[in-house]
Amino acid sequence: MPAVAIVMILAVLLIVLALVFYLVSTILALRQITTGLDEVIAGVSEIVTKSAPVNDVVTTINQQLDAGVDLLEGLLVKKAGMSDAVGLVDGLYAGAAAAGLRNFPESLTVHAPRIAEVYTKGTLTLARLGREAPIAAASPEGVVLRNVEGGSLAARSLYPDVRHTSPEKLPRSPVIGTNAPIQYEQRDDIGEPRKRLPGRTAVATPPEHPSDEPPDLTIRWNRSA
Amino acid sequence: MTLWWIGDAVLLVVILPVVVYLLRGVLNAARSVVPSVREIAKVAAAGSKDLDAAALLLTTQDQVTKTVAGVANYGGSLDVILDDAQ
Repeated sequence: MPAVAIVMILAVLLIVLALVFYLVSTILALRQITTGLDEVIAGVSEIVTKSAPVNDVVTTINQQLDAGVDLLEGLLVKKAGMSDAVGLVDGLYAGAAAAGLRNFPESLTVHAPRIAEVYTKGTLTLARLGREAPIAAASPEGVVLRNVEGGSLAARSLYPDVRHTSPEKLPRSPVIGTNAPIQYEQRDDIGEPRKRLPGRTAVATPPEHPSDEPPDLTIRWNRSA
Repeated sequence: MTLWWIGDAVLLVVILPVVVYLLRGVLNAARSVVPSVREIAKVAAAGSKDLDAAALLLTTQDQVTKTVAGVANYGGSLDVILDDAQ
């Protein structure tokens, strides 16, 4: 066999060996990749399975919370009025008045008064429930927190009678000033000299002479003790 | 005979290095994918574990429903107790 043929065979043999080595190594690496992808697929399948009901559940929760917020916003506006409701919400959450109330678009144009300080803790809690719902109602089916029938009368008895009987029109305060309907006359002696000096008492003593003499009209001043 | 030698030289000097170079590139690329796949598998497993609490959303849903119902009852009572704004 000529030498050139032997060299040719060796060269081909080397090429085949290189192909075998590298291709087998690649196959092993690809098998590792396949095993890893199987684990990935298993994990992702678990994620898909576990997260499948999340959308429906969260949607339902949001609907429930929306209903609660609508209820509390409506109650707040009904009981406190639009202006006070916006002021109360803005007092609890600074800047919240700019966003307004969800179901009351007109609340965007209401100027929020600074009224949060004068509301009671219970009112603040009520408003806070409507905004972020940190509801601590451990047992909604528990005992009644307040006597609904007697509570209103008991609270009203704390106020003066003229208030809780709610007259249609209270007597108005008198109007004073230049535009007042009743103008009082100005005293003439204002600005003039005093007729009596302070610190002295003027006593007019009667004359000691008989009545046939002309009366002495001189006023004598006696310094009193 | 000279052409045979030239062919042998080409095989040993050109073809064999090119084949080795290409196969080594494929092998390196395949091996570089393996750690990435393993990291992805770990992340997927951790993500799946994090979602174990998703089942509690059903309890949360039930609690929210009951709570909103309680708030509605409370609001109804307040509507009766408190006077409306003038």
